[in-house]
Amino acid sequence: MLTFIPQFIIGAIDLGAAFLFMYGLKRMSSPVTAPSGIKVAGIGMVVAVLASFLYAFDVGAAAKPHLLVNIGLALIALVIGGGIAWWSGRKVAMTAMPQMVAIYNGMGGGAAAAIAAVELFGNKVDGVTQLVVTLIGALIGAVSLSGSLIAWAKLDGVIKQPLRIRGQQVLNGLVALATLGVGLYIVLITHGAITSPVATTDLIYLFFGCALVFGVLMTLPIGGADMPVVISIYNAFTGLAVGLEGLVLQNPALMIAGMVVGAAGTLLTLLMAKAMNRSVSNILFTNFGTVVQHKQGEIKGSLKPVEAADAGIFMRYAASVIIVPGYGLAVAQAQQKLYEFVKLLQAAGVSVKFAVHPVAGRMPGQMDVLLAEAGVPYDMIFQLEDVNDEFANTDVALVIGANDVVNPAARTDKSSPIYGMPILNADKARKVYVVKRGQGKGYAGIVNALFYGDNCDMVYGDAAAVLTRMIEAVRALGTKAAA
Amino acid sequence: MQFSIAISGFVALYIFMLAAFAGWVIIGHVPAILHTPLMSGSNFVHGIVVVGGIFALLNASTGLEQAIGFFAVLLGAGNAAGGFAVTNRMLAMFQPSEHQPAHARHGHHKASHSGKA
Repeated sequence: MLTFIPQFIIGAIDLGAAFLFMYGLKRMSSPVTAPSGIKVAGIGMVVAVLASFLYAFDVGAAAKPHLLVNIGLALIALVIGGGIAWWSGRKVAMTAMPQMVAIYNGMGGGAAAAIAAVELFGNKVDGVTQLVVTLIGALIGAVSLSGSLIAWAKLDGVIKQPLRIRGQQVLNGLVALATLGVGLYIVLITHGAITSPVATTDLIYLFFGCALVFGVLMTLPIGGADMPVVISIYNAFTGLAVGLEGLVLQNPALMIAGMVVGAAGTLLTLLMAKAMNRSVSNILFTNFGTVVQHKQGEIKGSLKPVEAADAGIFMRYAASVIIVPGYGLAVAQAQQKLYEFVKLLQAAGVSVKFAVHPVAGRMPGQMDVLLAEAGVPYDMIFQLEDVNDEFANTDVALVIGANDVVNPAARTDKSSPIYGMPILNADKARKVYVVKRGQGKGYAGIVNALFYGDNCDMVYGDAAAVLTRMIEAVRALGTKAAA
Repeated sequence: MQFSIAISGFVALYIFMLAAFAGWVIIGHVPAILHTPLMSGSNFVHGIVVVGGIFALLNASTGLEQAIGFFAVLLGAGNAAGGFAVTNRMLAMFQPSEHQPAHARHGHHKASHSGKA
């Protein structure tokens, strides 16, 4: 009789939590309100977790004798899992953020799959629909778990090369079919359509095994540079799995939060793929990087190296500078130095903007985070569509550690593998400086016509060392503002 | 007295459909500058799965169920706590320009959003 009180409290709190998640995500749509947005969502999470212990008042008869042990286990799991993740999340370097997100995402997928496993092994699922939903959620969650782990290993450099074998697609297809087949078999024998010589428990093990293997096989052939898109897909997958398990547990907060993330993750995946000029299926099912060498149009002109100090002084006397940072900047750990240089330019009256390509960094928006970490205010950071027309009226474009995202071939050369990709029009500035370690090619493996342009000079060297020399050169001129 | 109403069939589909639209619309308005925090923020939101894990663990009646349930809570808690920690850290770094020198830049920031975003 008294069980309705905890039920009511949990229901009300979960409703509140679902509201706080949506409201928090909504607040994340602007840099001004975003920091409070995540805190709002965090409050929702804390109250929902606390309220979930009220389920203890309403457990089934079979679980009653184990209740105290179970509560203890839940507390231990919360402290260990939450504690380790909290600690690692506090100390991870911003450059290692993509693989960290992959890990946390895999954990969510694993949790959804584990919930499904408890329901399946405990034979707690009623009806065909429920069983099918549980199995689909389990499949998606398990794929997200093992796939995210592979994505982490690739981004972290544990796995260095994409692993491709002959007939990979066929093998993946067979494993996928096997997983679905085992799932269907479980549904059929549970509902008495057929009798099985194999115990259902063994089939459940087999089902999870197949799903986990499929996640690994699906992710292994994909190149490291495409991993951010893959993480985003698995993020959407985990959301979907959580939503489906929410339906199985009759918990609307899980259903809503999971499905919101499922949809949001799908949209984010499409946006990223668009920024990379690839389709999602192209990323998942073809192997970029193994593409045959394209004929490239003759490139006229030559590479003109200049001294860092000269380039620095030239910018000091320019009216406007747009900086195009790429991941090479972060590899050199030179963001702080760059901002120091920018502050010197600003003190001298130069108008400075940062132009960030959507896929700069190894995760969309990562370059924005790395610049913010170095102290660059967000109102100096401009996105491609907001800044691209300004290059033509700008004195200097300074390209640091970026390559393919400023290659004019994307606009002009139909035979180029990056043709059609939106690029930053750095080549249209009156003067272009490219800071680069050496003469290597970008990730797409093609020559950059920008570097050979009449208006472009190359500053070779490590980004941090180059910027240090630029700073010294400008400092030596004195700090008086330009007239 | 019964407060819980079974969610099934079309009601579930309605919830899923509306939630999917909500997610699509909310994220559609996020500027590219926030895409990384957003991905990790939405990653945090599905950490709510920990609540389902707690439910499953509290209702576990065999050693196997307890073990898997423990695993579910462990992973779910990691998802939620880690997702929050990294997202919060990243978002705290996004600061607007101020007229003071850069190292004096914290505390209250007058929202000087100059039409971008």
